Amino acid sequence: MGNVPAPSPVEVEPTLDPDVLDQVVVRPATPWVTIVWNDPVNLMSYVTYVFQHHFGYSKKKAEKLMMEVHEDGRSVVSTGSREEMERDVQAMHEYGLWATMQREDQP
Amino acid sequence: MSAFQRHRRSGHVIATFTGFEADLLRSLASQLVELLHSEAAVPEDRDPFEALMDFTGPTTEPEDPVLARLFPTAYPDDEEAAGEFRRFTEGALRDGKARAAATIIDTLEEAGLPDELTEDGLTIDVEMDAGTAHTWMRSFTDIRLALATRLGVEDGDEDYWYGLPEDDPRAQAHDIYDWVGYLQETLVGALSR
Repeated sequence: MGNVPAPSPVEVEPTLDPDVLDQVVVRPATPWVTIVWNDPVNLMSYVTYVFQHHFGYSKKKAEKLMMEVHEDGRSVVSTGSREEMERDVQAMHEYGLWATMQREDQP
Repeated sequence: MSAFQRHRRSGHVIATFTGFEADLLRSLASQLVELLHSEAAVPEDRDPFEALMDFTGPTTEPEDPVLARLFPTAYPDDEEAAGEFRRFTEGALRDGKARAAATIIDTLEEAGLPDELTEDGLTIDVEMDAGTAHTWMRSFTDIRLALATRLGVEDGDEDYWYGLPEDDPRAQAHDIYDWVGYLQETLVGALSR
């Protein structure tokens, strides 16, 4: 991908030369991420428990993410399609964690 | 002071509360239920049938700071997407949190907590399966978030709270916040075992 000076894939004209069309690769959508933010209320043990329970992460991974939230103020806890991240964010809100979502490449 | 434990054989989670403690927990859970229903997720002043047939929810952040914390904005930089997310999730989240708080009340009353606490020396033994305990644990978070938001709790401010005079209502409210935190800590421990 990359050597075709074609317009953005969504704007492909139907009259375009089929040979060129073949070379137009549909770029996979940028993944989305779920971010959990630090708050002064949630217990470290509880946040770890939630990460293990909801995402099925090992205790080690859940603790690492929890420590990132605690020390860096935020942590990316899951990556996937927009729909998947909406489900994760909703689940985090169910658990009372402060979660948001955005595209992975967004600062 | 009470704490949650996992019963080894049954796998059930057990705790013993004084009547006063159980009554306090019920009161906190009831206030949460009331708050969740207080600021209507959708306007109520309309035809009941129309209301039933309308599945849309709110699109803007609740005004009450506790509700705003319980239902945070999912897309901080995209108002339209945030509104859509809220429309489709906030109603269900509110219902789920209200049901979880109601579970605490039901468990306590089934364990013998009377409608009005009159008797001294009453103890309430609760025993619940892991699923119910999980619901309690989630609701403890909501209760703690509500108390902390009202109090204005911040990271590393313990000295401030412990320095308040004992008869300061904020000190008393903070003690209750700490107590629910202690209960939740032991509940997480019991469920992690």
